[in-house]
Amino acid sequence: MAHLGPGKTASSKEQTGLRYPSNGKTIYHRPLNRTKTAELSQSSFAYLFSEMVTYAQRRVTGIQELEKRLNVQGHPIGLKLLDLLLMREPPRTQTRPLTIIALLHFIKINLWTHLFGRQADRLEKSSNPDTPDEYMIVDNEPVVNAYISVPREMSQLNCAAFVAGIIEGVCDGAMFPARVTAHSVGGKEEGEMWPGKTVFLVKFQPEILEREALLGKS
Amino acid sequence: MASSKASRLGEEYVWRTRMDKVNAELVVLTYGAMVAQLCKDFDSDYVKVNQQLDKMGYNIGLRLIEDYLAKSNTFKRCSNFRETAEMIAKVGFKIFLNITPTITNWTSDGKQFSLVFDENPFADFVELPDDGRAQDELWYSNILCGVLRGALEMVQMQVEAKFVSDVLRGNDTTEMRISLIRYIDDELPPEDD
Repeated sequence: MAHLGPGKTASSKEQTGLRYPSNGKTIYHRPLNRTKTAELSQSSFAYLFSEMVTYAQRRVTGIQELEKRLNVQGHPIGLKLLDLLLMREPPRTQTRPLTIIALLHFIKINLWTHLFGRQADRLEKSSNPDTPDEYMIVDNEPVVNAYISVPREMSQLNCAAFVAGIIEGVCDGAMFPARVTAHSVGGKEEGEMWPGKTVFLVKFQPEILEREALLGKS
Repeated sequence: MASSKASRLGEEYVWRTRMDKVNAELVVLTYGAMVAQLCKDFDSDYVKVNQQLDKMGYNIGLRLIEDYLAKSNTFKRCSNFRETAEMIAKVGFKIFLNITPTITNWTSDGKQFSLVFDENPFADFVELPDDGRAQDELWYSNILCGVLRGALEMVQMQVEAKFVSDVLRGNDTTEMRISLIRYIDDELPPEDD
């Protein structure tokens, strides 16, 4: 029994014991803005993303499931980017978006510019009176789809579901829970200006609209 | 010295003018999401995660080599493995990841060397899970080993590449060891007249 004591402390040490390099190259020592404007080749992204899609494809049975999987992989990125991007804002604009419009603007401008180097092309509210909870973010030419050609039999598939997941993560993190899906809307005819045009459909949960309406009255 | 300086400028030029670029954090976060997904899918069996990353890298390498040959200004075949190492570190890594790892620790037969990564863009924002195993078993950037293996195979070199230390594991350096196994002889495809 005598050896139990020291043994125990050793194991509890292990539980909390991540090792760190002595030269300070850890996430705690390096400035969070170090890679803010760093660039990598688009090829490196394209290769990674295509492997990610191929890998996901082998583990699913249908297009919907594949899109769901890509969405789920993007989600944690959105959650983290919300904090990261707000932290990098100047102090007076550092507050979290408090209205649907402010949130969507944040996504269209800040999130898009950071990830893709330009703003999203358009922001729309659903004109259908039955779906006041739906908003659309339009990207004429999603960067993530640049080197992806979807086979004819899978024409429903839009790999920007990954980006939809990122958007969903941002919405959820900002306490505006929503479902976000990616849809191809570009015409397939020849001469079409934006064949890869994609709409990200943001559908907020009903309580968000209720809250927004209440806030609007006060 | 002069010639090596000129060639360094060459790679800088290729990186600046010929490569389309994206925000580094998009790539880094995407890679992180991928590794996290693998850890989940394989139930934190990190040995399997390493294998899967290597396999994915291999698939990338098979295709990346063409991109490399097209973008870099390298028209001639490397005359020996040392030259190959130079091209990997100074051209390959530079134009795809904008880093230049250091080549070191050659064996005397000239068949094994190490790449030491001063910077590893993939490792930004990363901390391995504190489960007492990840730091001993997971090679977070293992995809890079697969990329080298795949790409070199396409130019008739069979190599073995593996990480031997990683800053994420608490080591002071990130080092990859690359060994030449053999040069693959040109084989004519069967029934090719």
